[in-house]
Amino acid sequence: MLQMIDVGVTVDGENGRKQILNNVNLKLEQNKIYVMTGPNGGGKSSIAKAIMGIFQPDSGQILLDGRDITGDSITERARLGIGYAFQAPARFKGIRVRDMLRLAAGGEEIDECQLLYDVGLCSQDYLDREINATFSGGELKRIEIATILARKLKVAVFDEPEAGIDLWSFQRLTETFEAMHSRYDTTIVIISHQERILKLADEVVMVAGGTIGEITTHEKFLGEISKIDSGCVCRNDCIKGGAANAQCDR
Amino acid sequence: MLSAIDKRLLNEVAGLHELPQGAYNIRKNGEGVSRNTTANIDIVTKTDKPGIDIIIKPGTKGESVHIPVIISHEGLSDVVYNTFEIGEDSDVLIVAGCGIHNPGEGEARHDGIHEFFVRRGAYMKYVEKHYGEGKGKGERILNPKTIIEVEEGATAELEMVQIKGVDRTVRDTIVVLHENARLVVTERLLTHLNQEAESIIAVDLKGDDSSAQIISRSVAQDSSRQVFHLSLRGHARCRGHIQCDSIIMDKAEVSAIPEILAYHSDAQLIHEAAIGKIASDQLTKLMTLGLTEQEAEETVLQGFLG
Repeated sequence: MLQMIDVGVTVDGENGRKQILNNVNLKLEQNKIYVMTGPNGGGKSSIAKAIMGIFQPDSGQILLDGRDITGDSITERARLGIGYAFQAPARFKGIRVRDMLRLAAGGEEIDECQLLYDVGLCSQDYLDREINATFSGGELKRIEIATILARKLKVAVFDEPEAGIDLWSFQRLTETFEAMHSRYDTTIVIISHQERILKLADEVVMVAGGTIGEITTHEKFLGEISKIDSGCVCRNDCIKGGAANAQCDR
Repeated sequence: MLSAIDKRLLNEVAGLHELPQGAYNIRKNGEGVSRNTTANIDIVTKTDKPGIDIIIKPGTKGESVHIPVIISHEGLSDVVYNTFEIGEDSDVLIVAGCGIHNPGEGEARHDGIHEFFVRRGAYMKYVEKHYGEGKGKGERILNPKTIIEVEEGATAELEMVQIKGVDRTVRDTIVVLHENARLVVTERLLTHLNQEAESIIAVDLKGDDSSAQIISRSVAQDSSRQVFHLSLRGHARCRGHIQCDSIIMDKAEVSAIPEILAYHSDAQLIHEAAIGKIASDQLTKLMTLGLTEQEAEETVLQGFLG
């Protein structure tokens, strides 16, 4: 179980220091799927980065199976079984997909072809390709997800895995999460705004204003959403009656 | 006979554990020590200056020539002039390279001039590796000069690698491309400590439909210095592309000076040059897979220099 107790994170921004997370309290249990959702800039990715150790909290505690990992580095947390699929994955000149999957597996036997199949890619076309600028955004996201599937994890966090992935592959992606859920005890945390992903959730965690809001079931969450007649097709917190050309920050 | 040091040097520069298959000429401390020729490949010692002529018969396919140079003394300054005649329609691999083991305080130096005539329709892959070692303070210096003429419809593919070990190097490569000739250069360089490296590549695209691609990747660490002068000159309907990409670390200095010159309205030339440190998102990603920061850095560099 992963536990966040009163976690606060402050980062240096252009306009000085800014608190991006405050009083985050969250319990994530084994063998459950959590979907974190909420407005952009609300703190979802920051919570994920605090779990992975990319952001160091300046207050509070993070526990993994009762062990205090608050001061542990990214590397130490990775070795304890925490993984994070980035929202905007890095590209690597000269590192092939095969190399990256092997690095991810850390010496464990893996079936690279199956891993790529699980993210909807054909292994013959991809295993020997370098993860460089020739990859499209969607391809990069799939490789990123495969690097998480290659690892045996206690906690796996996926940051908007559906972004850039075409609709035809969407079904496969949800099946992949379901398979991971049924095969392993991994705590799965998915940051998403997609209805089909939300439906996978044991618990839906609302994140807004740098802290945890309501924690609810997907039935309840989706039921409430459907009642809101915002008239907004992007369903992205647009203000009812706002100007037609209002900017959507997504 | 080859000593353990010689064998290690040979392995580093030519990937050789034992004497190679095919034609070879091994030069050690300024003298030829071993040579083999084949029915299609002849190697002849020059009579007017130090060096050899390597003559590959037209139509020779799938053969290789290894011509490593090893230096295991200090105070030695070796100069050679080698000429390669790559016969029409042949397809060959040439592996050259210089390994220096300098145990002493004096400098050890090898200046090699390699001249190639890649005849019509031939394909030549040329691999050149440099390697230096030795615990003494003596400098290890390598100054290779490569002159290549690529005739109609022929291809020259160059792979030039120098990873650490060499204190000072000036690498000078001059290429002329005729009609429909093709050149691909892959350069990999890593300097550290106080090493200095300069690479000059000048390509004249003289024939219509000739093409040149230069991909240079380097890593400069510690207080080392690197200078790249990469230039393409288009005199005809031709295409050329320079990619010069450097990772800079510590207190190193890198100058990348790509140059493209067009003397014909159908010349299409591109240069791209970039210098920067290792991207932090790459390191972070690798650390989330359980690598330490240092392992992550090594992984990125190893991939980059691949």
